[in-house]
Amino acid sequence: MLGRRIVQHGLTLVATALLGGFLAATLVRLAPGFDADETALDPHLSSQSIQALRQNRSEQHNLLTFYIRSLHLALRGDLGTSISLKQPISSLLRDRIPLTFRVVTLGLLMSWAGVLALALSTARVRTPAYDLLATVTAGLLLCVPAAALALLSVLWNLPGAFAIAVIIFPRDYRYTRNLLDQAYSLPHIITARAKGLSPARILFWHVVPVAGPQLLALAGVSVSLALGAAIPVEALCGLAGIGQLAWQAALARDLPLLVNITVLVTLVTLLANSGADVIGYAWRGRQA
Amino acid sequence: MSLWRKLACGVLLLVLAVSLAASWIAPVGYAKQDRDAAGAPPSHEHWLGTDDIGRDRFARVLYGTRISLLLAPAAALVSTVLAALVGGLAGYLGGLWARTAMAMTDLFLSLPWLFLLITVRAMLPLNVSPTFSVLVTFLLLGLLGWTAAARVLCASASSIRNSDFVRQARASGIRGSRLFWIHVLPNLKPVLYAQFWISIPAFILSEANLGILGLGVAEPLPSWGSLLKELEGLVSFGEEPWKLVPLLLLVLVVTSFQLVLCKQDEVAA
Repeated sequence: MLGRRIVQHGLTLVATALLGGFLAATLVRLAPGFDADETALDPHLSSQSIQALRQNRSEQHNLLTFYIRSLHLALRGDLGTSISLKQPISSLLRDRIPLTFRVVTLGLLMSWAGVLALALSTARVRTPAYDLLATVTAGLLLCVPAAALALLSVLWNLPGAFAIAVIIFPRDYRYTRNLLDQAYSLPHIITARAKGLSPARILFWHVVPVAGPQLLALAGVSVSLALGAAIPVEALCGLAGIGQLAWQAALARDLPLLVNITVLVTLVTLLANSGADVIGYAWRGRQA
Repeated sequence: MSLWRKLACGVLLLVLAVSLAASWIAPVGYAKQDRDAAGAPPSHEHWLGTDDIGRDRFARVLYGTRISLLLAPAAALVSTVLAALVGGLAGYLGGLWARTAMAMTDLFLSLPWLFLLITVRAMLPLNVSPTFSVLVTFLLLGLLGWTAAARVLCASASSIRNSDFVRQARASGIRGSRLFWIHVLPNLKPVLYAQFWISIPAFILSEANLGILGLGVAEPLPSWGSLLKELEGLVSFGEEPWKLVPLLLLVLVVTSFQLVLCKQDEVAA
């Protein structure tokens, strides 16, 4: 059954990549200015060269041919050239991915450390004042735009990863707190507490097995949130990652670059969600 | 209604009323420049000071609030109608329709919201008139923000489709669009209301994000996004605290919405 689920997720990923690629190719093909080629205006080019350029352009008029050609090139690692930066998109992505990966991973780790610490202490302590304080803090952070939080982090000289953590924290906290609250209210856990089991034993032997798969699913979703938060954080904190590249591409209306980044981010998001789902499924299966 | 919800309703009504009365409260307007007082601190003439090119910040906050508070509900209406049509019809029709619609919805949902927004926004012209930019920004939010609501509505419509009264209506010979418009859609109203109200603060925050990134409402029209862009040049809170007023007002409005909507969240879930 687990194998079937992995195959299912694998097929979904491939289908999304193909469909996303087709949508991306359609958008690039239909974007205004696609037919314009400024290299043809170069006075140094001979008439044969200009003719060859026009021939090459006319072959791309058919959407399906254009898509198949783009797909063929993408499989060989050629994602096209950025209109605004005049560089191969694959090399732009290669240069920027490591920084985004570092910032997003660090942000996720910090956010989850904060979420688990606060949600666990709230579920354990159960003091109305403490609960209210935590809820109000998370609620207020939820009401501030992500880009404003990024600006404030610049103002306070905080690292970009911290800004990402603060953006994700309130979204994850709400669900985590509810999940842990529900788990701690289960009859067998109340009995375990009444019998005097240590908090650590209750947490790892009784609470984690109940809330774990759902928390894992939430962790998968938070990857998508973190990647979304990377745009304002990298753009406003001056970090040269994928988010900043997407923002620059949007301002310059560089559609080939932008749609490639979007497809990449979609695949990473789906991969994270599929991974979380498969691990959660295996976990539940082992418990059963 | 709890005291907090009453207070939140009061705050929202007050902010809306003040923003609607912007023409009387701040007759100077949002675009008029006072070049001798560019970047001035608060004074008797300019309650919140002026921006870098001498425009009255108080007037811009009021007009910006009016734009966000009037157009975010309009965008929420567009997204709710789309969600009702796509999600409601998919749930009502079931089978292949539902699976296809939900696969499309999942594809949209797998994209981080801000990535989707800036990608689609970049496809539209950026050098447009201010009024057109306002309409494009909020229409975009409405046209792209229906997916999560469609999922909820599909599930609700699916359960209504299998309910006894719909089966009885079907057995009585009522079919097709009549069954959908008369029996299914009216029963989705609580979920639709909830989705509509929940979308408003989400769209206000999304517009603010787009505005700060320079992809929202074009100058000289003010919006919360363009007003928050001023924070970029802030050196410290202590020096120019009045620049934080738009942010504080935005947080106050969105918090008030969250407090008013705490019951709606349960309906939507």
